[in-house]
Amino acid sequence: MAVTTLAAPTVPSVARGRQPHRRDDKAGWGMTAPFLVLYLAFLVGPLVYGIIMSFTNASMVKSGLNGWAGFANYAEVLSNSDFWSSMWHTVLFTLVTTPPLVVVSLAMAMLTDRLRRGRWFFRLVFFVPYVVPSAAVALVFGWMYAAQIGLFDSWLTDLGLPAPNFLGSGGWAMASVAIMTVWWTLGFNFVLYLAGLQEIPRDLYEAASVDGAGPWTQMWRVTIPMLRRTTLLVTALQVLASLKVFDQMYLLTQGGPNFATRPVIEYIYDIGFTDYRAGYSAAASLVYFAVILVVSVAWLLISRRQQKEA
Amino acid sequence: MAHSIGRRDLLRGLGLAGAAGLVAAGTAGCGSFLDTGITGGKPDKNALTYWNLFSGGDGVRMVQMEQAYQKAHPEVGLDAITLTWGNPYYTKLELAALSGRAPNVAVTHLSKVATLAQAGLLSALDPDELSGYGMTADKFTTAAWDKAHVGGTLRAVPLDTHPFVLYYRTDVCKKAGLLDSDGNLKPIVGTDGFTAALQAAAKVTGGYGGVVNVINDPSTCWRWFSTLYYQLGGRVLADDGRSVVLDDAKATRALSYIRELTVQRKLMPSGIDGGGVTQLFSTGKVGFLLDGEWDVTTYATAKSPFNMVPLPNFYGGTYTCWADSHALILPEGGNPDAAHRQVALTFVRSLLDHSLTWAQGGHIPAWKPVQDSKAYKTLKPQSNYTQAAYAASYDPPGWYSGAGSDFETVVGSAVSAVETGQLSPEAGVAQMRSGLTSYTTIKPPVA
Repeated sequence: MAVTTLAAPTVPSVARGRQPHRRDDKAGWGMTAPFLVLYLAFLVGPLVYGIIMSFTNASMVKSGLNGWAGFANYAEVLSNSDFWSSMWHTVLFTLVTTPPLVVVSLAMAMLTDRLRRGRWFFRLVFFVPYVVPSAAVALVFGWMYAAQIGLFDSWLTDLGLPAPNFLGSGGWAMASVAIMTVWWTLGFNFVLYLAGLQEIPRDLYEAASVDGAGPWTQMWRVTIPMLRRTTLLVTALQVLASLKVFDQMYLLTQGGPNFATRPVIEYIYDIGFTDYRAGYSAAASLVYFAVILVVSVAWLLISRRQQKEA
Repeated sequence: MAHSIGRRDLLRGLGLAGAAGLVAAGTAGCGSFLDTGITGGKPDKNALTYWNLFSGGDGVRMVQMEQAYQKAHPEVGLDAITLTWGNPYYTKLELAALSGRAPNVAVTHLSKVATLAQAGLLSALDPDELSGYGMTADKFTTAAWDKAHVGGTLRAVPLDTHPFVLYYRTDVCKKAGLLDSDGNLKPIVGTDGFTAALQAAAKVTGGYGGVVNVINDPSTCWRWFSTLYYQLGGRVLADDGRSVVLDDAKATRALSYIRELTVQRKLMPSGIDGGGVTQLFSTGKVGFLLDGEWDVTTYATAKSPFNMVPLPNFYGGTYTCWADSHALILPEGGNPDAAHRQVALTFVRSLLDHSLTWAQGGHIPAWKPVQDSKAYKTLKPQSNYTQAAYAASYDPPGWYSGAGSDFETVVGSAVSAVETGQLSPEAGVAQMRSGLTSYTTIKPPVA
């Protein structure tokens, strides 16, 4: 993935304007058929079914679509304060986690890149948390955050500081989930940045130092501009990953306390599975899907302009 | 050219092989369940599929009961499947029943029976048919037997009652002078009596007097609140959940007392989760614990000196406490003919007969022959709170109510916010009301 971001995708001029051969075309379809069948059966099909379902009173405990609802589900989603507050939790989580996950991973990658020996060790140490399953991470952090008996609680008490209720108070619960997520998923961005750093030609730095640029000037004028493509990619992936937050919140706080950390996916899950309202939850999913689509398209447009400038 | 043809031949060959494989799998019938699923044929009448949601100690005891049945009925191939408790279990059970792949027998909470029955997923149980297996009304705990009826029709066979009870540390309470000469807890009367008992225990521990789960467990918050609120004579839902009949004055009174114990008097921690609760009670840092009886094995295994009693009567009115029951159901379509029903009901009866094993996990057996037996009566501390089964108040009927439901989450989250001090009791009641009212306007998905 890192490689594609660094080398500008240049379209070979030979390919341009050449009419594709009909026979090649057929073989192409044949080769992609297994993928297309699965794609249609498990992605396009369910998506279309979900769109249809969102206009009905479909229920988890009734067969069929259970009656046409028109736009009633959408009207309810758009006017439902629980939906928008859970949507806000997802957006807030994205706003809180994306900057540290980009900046801290860049800083760690730059520090690691400067090492002459033992670089593999730090690469491993920073990447390993990413491999741990969310259930295990949530379990371990749950014990560290726990009120009265938790590790953090006992450390702070030993230092004579008042320990906040990490998972029990609304404000802290979101921060606790965010801190855990940064620790857990930092490694992925870190590896992308490290690869990006290693692709920067060393002679640029030599030229810069000949011109009298110090380490700070080199960082601002050489390293960061040369990493622009990596930064675009890392930020885009991070925003999308954070918007999809579910498992760590569900496992660590179950959306509590008092719904303060319920992300929109958990709302959709609660409505669809606990309350059996499949039609309504399909409508809520599609509104959420539209939001993600808008963010992705906006990002695509911005990064295209950036690439043209580059 | 030749290369291209070869590739296409290869693809064609692979496709044919794949199709042949599917046909072979369909006709060979390698597993009876898969076979039934694909061909839609009737399952073997000597195969009994049983779904439950028990893990941990309950899971172990349920397996012992299944083994006892299997030993007595070696001709039946019992296939017991344990699924994750709560939502995941009910989702799978409902979808299985809906798609005609229901198990022969399944476990449910009695608080879920009305919803499952309204959705048409439960087979009706005829009293005459059940009496053929010796299962008659007089042999069951009344409250549970009544709750197993929906609109006058029996839909489930109760296995137990599991109330919300009071645990106490005998060592702490003895030092606090709360025990009588036999070493049992002196009766606690009223909210004042309970506050005084917690204060006495807090003096001994030098910290808290009691503990109840507050964080990330709305169900426990609901159980504690509903016990107080039901004792005040309050009701939450009416008309099968189509209207909210919350009594603001009573609910505020119950919440104020809960908050008084945590926020004002600091007799119970205001921010504690499941792990913390277990830790505080098992290490004797509190004298009292409010929880479901199912944690009895946790503290028995930890060798804590403790005992259990029903929760006190807090307001001097009619005594009641929150409870739910496990029950056995025959899902619609799970038993296509009389032969299957016979196997299924024999299995149900066998589980009832072995419910002394079940009772070790704290649950009060609903089956009177076991409940009245000497063996159960000498089972301590499990048989100390049998009377709670007769004073049980369940979750109110409603499609969004019952075990693991959003009803418990909505009400319990408000209770939790009051317990931690985030909300005033009045604001807590307002939040409950607005949260529940949004469900009353929705077309019930089960109707």
